Amino acid sequence: MTTAADYILPAGVFPVLSAPGDLDWPHWEAARREVIAIQQCTACQRFQWGPEVMCHHCLSSELTFAPVSTTGRIYSWERVWHPIRAELAPACPYVTVLVEVPEAPGVLLIGNLVGDPREPVTIGSAVEAVFEHHEDYTLVQWRRAGEAS
Amino acid sequence: MSRSIKGKAAVIGVGESDYYRHGHAPKREFELTVDAILNAANDAGISPKSIDGFVSFADDRNTPTRLANALGIDELRWSTMQWGGGGAGGSGAVQQAAAAIAAGFAETVVVYRGLNQGEFGRYGAGRSRRANDSLRVAYGMLSPAQLFAPKMMRFLYETGIDPAVQEAVSLASYHHARTNPRAVMHDHKLTPERYRESRWIVEPWRLYDCCQENDGAAALILSSPERARELSDRPVYVMAAAQGAAHRAGGFLDYIYDGPDQPTSEFKTTAPRLFEMAGIGPADVDVVQAYENFTGGVVMSLIEHGFSSVEEADSFFRLENLIAPSGRLPLNTSGGNIAEAYIHGLELNVEAVRQIRATATNQVPDAQVSFVASGPMVTPVTSVIFCSEEALA
Repeated sequence: MTTAADYILPAGVFPVLSAPGDLDWPHWEAARREVIAIQQCTACQRFQWGPEVMCHHCLSSELTFAPVSTTGRIYSWERVWHPIRAELAPACPYVTVLVEVPEAPGVLLIGNLVGDPREPVTIGSAVEAVFEHHEDYTLVQWRRAGEAS
Repeated sequence: MSRSIKGKAAVIGVGESDYYRHGHAPKREFELTVDAILNAANDAGISPKSIDGFVSFADDRNTPTRLANALGIDELRWSTMQWGGGGAGGSGAVQQAAAAIAAGFAETVVVYRGLNQGEFGRYGAGRSRRANDSLRVAYGMLSPAQLFAPKMMRFLYETGIDPAVQEAVSLASYHHARTNPRAVMHDHKLTPERYRESRWIVEPWRLYDCCQENDGAAALILSSPERARELSDRPVYVMAAAQGAAHRAGGFLDYIYDGPDQPTSEFKTTAPRLFEMAGIGPADVDVVQAYENFTGGVVMSLIEHGFSSVEEADSFFRLENLIAPSGRLPLNTSGGNIAEAYIHGLELNVEAVRQIRATATNQVPDAQVSFVASGPMVTPVTSVIFCSEEALA
């Protein structure tokens, strides 16, 4: 279980603003249960991300959220040094990663990389999800595969 | 392409307000916008009351109705806004004005953009929240630099291009600003050392890879080719324009996280249409203005328009190649968003017109074909080529 001390960004600066009925709500609801869920078309079984009111492949509006692996690979990344809000200064630098998961080719999950933010980041390297629990929501963060939790 | 805008509209006047660092303008945004329009009308040699159309972009706050009434124009006949894309809309707004004139909907259309960030807030601080946005905002990915840096990181990874190519783009802008008295960075000498020692904003971008944020306004007035020839002995024609986006483009700004092409400036579909309409190729372009939100976006934009290949990029993106008057491809010759002023890129269109008129502060000798790319990595992207009478023939 993560605690406030483990949060990558200070709690409350960018809270998850999603509520039942919002397109992305099922994703956040699943994250609470330590599951990564992505929108999937019931008709053609293909994934899309972010969630939308219809499937862009087959135009069906029968959509669900399906679980995917909690392991993936880094597609790209950035290291943020400039705090765009004063409250973020203690958290900088932080690393944001775009992670590919095997079940949903092309889908990129955005999260932060746990660990020393000054360490090199390698595109293509394996990562594992870390669920960062806040009072009202859970973020899906990532750590380098094989690192101790 | 049988239907074309080529030569069917022309720019008759350009102008700008004074440019300021963000938060330093002594005037309201609306006054800056009026200043730019009046200066453009004066430049054209027309009464501002003869303007009958208004086009802007990037959700400009200065509405055509207020401007029309403030200027006391006789009759408003055209008012449109280029959708989305922030600064990507500048050339699209020119395209709309040209289309309105060619179609006969209006006679004298002003394209304008006014920004007073002291009055209304900055972009770099991140935007207001929309549906789906927690998917990235909750992870601290919301400012423009944060949204686009991973595209450049992946582009560098896939192409093997040296990240140092970005330095030349920044140095070229600062070099040109030194001789442009309008440039906010006119007195700021940027050396390679100063660039390399500048702080990271978001890797792979340092401070000097990022555009400024400014207060100011710019305007271009377009009319028919016939009117342009009456008003000037060196009319500037719209040679071609394009806007658009590829399949599932839009990227992180628009909450699309599964687009098939991420490491792109988004010009891959528009560039062929632009050159086909113009009837020329990239080698025929004399001078280039490429919107710099970040230097890496310029690198991708120029490659996607065929000005450089991936293979030659490391040698192409050198300061000596990018500066007026004698570089291989003079780039952002007024200083652009990085060093002249960030008027959401519309100052690039103004500069492109001045190059054809041979009145630019860093003039490219005998410039006949002048290109502008607006807004890499933000869709819809837009672009325009201006040309002289000689190049049109």
